[in-house]
Amino acid sequence: MEIVLSAAIGILAASGAWLLMRPRTFQVIVGLCLLSYAVNLFIFSMGRLTVGAPAIMPKGGFVNPDAFADPIPQALVLTAIVISFATTALFLVVMIVARGFSGTDHVDGQERNP
Amino acid sequence: MNEPNLILLLVFLPFAGALVASTMPAGARTGTAWLSGLVMTAGLLILAALHGPVAEGRVLLETLSWVPSLGLDLDFRLDGFAWLFVTLVLGIGLLVVLYARYYLAKSDPAPRFHACILAFTGAMIGMLTSGNVIMLVVFWELTSLISFLLIGYWHRSPAARDGARMALVVTAAGGLCLLGAMLLLGQIAGTYDLDRILASGDVIRAHPLYGTTLALFLVGAFTKSAQVPFHFWLPNAMAAPTPVSAFLHSATMVKAGVFLLVRFSPALGGTEAWFFAVTGVGMATLLFGAVIALFRHDLKGLLAYSTISHLGLITALAGIGSNGAIVAAIFHIANHAVFKASLFMAAGIIDHESGTRDMRRLSGLMRLMPATGSLAIVAAAAMAGVPLLNGFLSKEMFFAEAVEWHNGTWLDNSLPYIATLASVFSVAYSLRFIATVFFGPPPTDLPKTPQEPVRWLRRPVELLVLICLVVGIMPGLTLGPTLNMAARSVMGADMPYYSVSVWHGLNTPLLMSLIAMVLGAVLYLTFASRIAQGPEGPPLVYKLQAQRFYERVMLAATWTGPRRLVRLFGPDRLQPQLRLIVLLAIGAMAYMMWGSTGLAPWRGFTDPNIGFLLMWTVGAACAVGAAWQAKYHRFASLVLLGGAGLVTCLTFAWLSAPDLAVTQLLVEVVTTVLLLLGLRWLPKRLVEIQGDRLRAARIRRSVDLVIAVVFGATVSAIAFTVMTRPQLSTVGDWFLRNAYSEGGGTNVVNVILVDFRAFDTFGEITVLVIVALTVFALLRRFRPAVESTGRPEQQALPTARDLQEDMLIPSVIMQWMFPVTIVLSAYLFMRGHDLPGGGFSAGVTLAIAFLLQYLATHVRWVESRLTVLPTRWMGFGLLIAGGTGMASWVFGYPFLTGHAQYVDLPLIGEVPAATAMIFDLGVFGAVTGATILMLIAIAHQSLRSTRVRAPDEVSRPDREEAA
Repeated sequence: MEIVLSAAIGILAASGAWLLMRPRTFQVIVGLCLLSYAVNLFIFSMGRLTVGAPAIMPKGGFVNPDAFADPIPQALVLTAIVISFATTALFLVVMIVARGFSGTDHVDGQERNP
Repeated sequence: MNEPNLILLLVFLPFAGALVASTMPAGARTGTAWLSGLVMTAGLLILAALHGPVAEGRVLLETLSWVPSLGLDLDFRLDGFAWLFVTLVLGIGLLVVLYARYYLAKSDPAPRFHACILAFTGAMIGMLTSGNVIMLVVFWELTSLISFLLIGYWHRSPAARDGARMALVVTAAGGLCLLGAMLLLGQIAGTYDLDRILASGDVIRAHPLYGTTLALFLVGAFTKSAQVPFHFWLPNAMAAPTPVSAFLHSATMVKAGVFLLVRFSPALGGTEAWFFAVTGVGMATLLFGAVIALFRHDLKGLLAYSTISHLGLITALAGIGSNGAIVAAIFHIANHAVFKASLFMAAGIIDHESGTRDMRRLSGLMRLMPATGSLAIVAAAAMAGVPLLNGFLSKEMFFAEAVEWHNGTWLDNSLPYIATLASVFSVAYSLRFIATVFFGPPPTDLPKTPQEPVRWLRRPVELLVLICLVVGIMPGLTLGPTLNMAARSVMGADMPYYSVSVWHGLNTPLLMSLIAMVLGAVLYLTFASRIAQGPEGPPLVYKLQAQRFYERVMLAATWTGPRRLVRLFGPDRLQPQLRLIVLLAIGAMAYMMWGSTGLAPWRGFTDPNIGFLLMWTVGAACAVGAAWQAKYHRFASLVLLGGAGLVTCLTFAWLSAPDLAVTQLLVEVVTTVLLLLGLRWLPKRLVEIQGDRLRAARIRRSVDLVIAVVFGATVSAIAFTVMTRPQLSTVGDWFLRNAYSEGGGTNVVNVILVDFRAFDTFGEITVLVIVALTVFALLRRFRPAVESTGRPEQQALPTARDLQEDMLIPSVIMQWMFPVTIVLSAYLFMRGHDLPGGGFSAGVTLAIAFLLQYLATHVRWVESRLTVLPTRWMGFGLLIAGGTGMASWVFGYPFLTGHAQYVDLPLIGEVPAATAMIFDLGVFGAVTGATILMLIAIAHQSLRSTRVRAPDEVSRPDREEAA
């Protein structure tokens, strides 16, 4: 499992990073989305992988922490998902407004002279 | 009143006076002068009251606790040395205030002048009496800052502005070095208390950091006291009004540096490095200043260089550091302040009455203003060191130290010769001052006809010259005891009484004085005419200016340097910057990986599940496809992006993170819709972008591909390394154990978000709301590109009508789903505390419910039936969340403390009722409102586009406000 997940994180990160360095705004926004998947999974994986033991506690009694998934990375990632949604929305609006102003969707606001 | 309170009053009264003065009306010339005068007089009275205990050798202390944990207290201490210095500051200050009342023109804003003078006095006194070295630096920098305001008092003149800026840059930079020195001293001595630092001189001198500390300390002192090569700011500061020059550049500010040298000589002095650096620089400055002063044509310029020269003399004495040298240094500090202040004032009177300060134009003023002339001649004689005047005495003591004190170095052996040589020049420039201005033929081309000034403009000069005479004739009776008191407080109580007298017999120092006077007179008489015709500086040397170097550095630092940096790393192109960021990230990650694999033992990994592998094969294909298609096929790329998101969501579900799975799924839906709405406003990509297949573009892409692959591989490697090491116990275990007992919920992730770490969540929803409002605000003035206005092609096609009919059934289903989705949202919300769900997911679900209605029909249809006020949702959400937090104050708990219990409801059964649920309700409201606001704001753009850029748009700008 660890091999697959780390490879997946790497592919998502590589695709995201490649798009991040592209000249068109839409490429960058898709790149940021992919990168945020990679980063969320990365943070999540820091709690190690647990199958079939979500952090839902019994009502009272002794709790053995080793029997459950680590809740901290999950709480962090939950926040990260919502915030990355907000930044994506903001970037999208900046992107279309900039396109309206500059007439181009190049990240520099002007076409590069070939 | 007791003594400590008097010290506080002494320090803070001038600041209070400055505040009052700054609020007085601009025309209140006499009123502000009275205010300053009274404050200074009050200070002098306090000093008189404190003289008794100080003369007994006591150190008066007062502490105001400020940041005791950092060793930072407002300690004030008054000993003999500080007493003498403060008296000097206040005494000269009082005379300067009186002088300024008649010197400044009616148009000059008097309140600003007096406010600055008072504040400067306060800062100076604070510096002199500070018992904590950090506070000393604070007051030190304060004097630099206020002197900037004072030098730039006539801020309309470019010379004043430049002079002020130069003074500030040089002295404040020195202050920074001084701060470094004080921090080092504090570390070495283990305290920032001045007395204890002064007492631990042996520890400091033996410390390996002594050299660094000394260098920083000396840069601070030398910049302030205008020692070579930092002297150049002082002549440029002469653009200040004469009262300011008389106050700052004779008596107070420039003396701060030598004060520091004398004060710290017990702690830092006594070494060979100290002697060579301090005495060496002092002697160089002494000679240099005296030589240049002879060649200046400007009266104030001559006095400025003379000041530099005298400061050099005091510095040299501080470097010698013997008992006699310290007495001489303190004596000369006082004497120089007195005669130089009177000379500056006399120069001001001449300038005021004749309209020029150029010595080549001034001549024969003795006939026109005999009283001022006599005063200036006596003061200049004191400057030259003529017997029976105060300047002679301290100079004589300096000569005596130069001759008698020995440590066997070459510098020590050459001291008498340099001293005599400098003195020759000193006599020559004093002579030039007297001879050219007051004697010779009557002046011909002066802007004004000179006459005696008003009485009160002359009174301060008269008093100062009187002091020169009295001290010069009866030193033992007047200044002697005070001098010994001051020196004793520096050198220690066991210093023998040092008798100051006029006549020491025919000895070497007297001989040196006589030689200097004779040679000085000969020098001036020989070269008088050539000096007047020559440039403003000695032959050959005048072109070498430290100022040029300063200007070059400033130019590089403030103009050419930044421009070069902008050219190199300029923000006009995004791609290279992002590339740099990615490369830096790779570097940082590689650095992290270096040697970290050995930190924990290998745990091994579980075998991959075949389903998981297949799932991620699809996911990876989606990710790569999205990256590949994002340029020309945006829609396809968006769909593929959604695919990668879904696989991520499934991964969360698979690996025991149901909350994440739910949230990811819902956010995925909203993000996709959002991006779809945005696609409409991007340019069509039907033809290939020009130059996309050129070699340069291909190379760029290949390089980026390599970078991206390396980046991905590094992230992968880190993730794999961490995952295959055993998990140590974390704070997560505590959350798992206590979620139910403390937070009253079984879903630990939700309990963390709304209870344990609720403050983070509160910040997060605030951010979300801010983003939503920003999106809304940005779109209010949105202007789409021309080609994107009008109906989209797809809607204009003949088949568009069929499309609507095709969509009929899904749209009906979507409308029917509305109540169902609302119920789902409520369900997610209610179960949140115990099972996967919660305010976030419920909020996004509700937003999707509304969104579906927009998708199913169209904007107008929805809005005629349904009123959503997203701003209210957000506002109430934040209010509820914040209110829940504040409610815990009522019960005496910190912000956002939760309380939980179960309530039995009829029919439904046991329901968890925690205050966290109310907080979650706030989260729910804010998330719903923010999401809907963003979606609707973007969706609404399609309504506006039909009339955007219509011809009447320009003439009716109010329309866009209404939209």
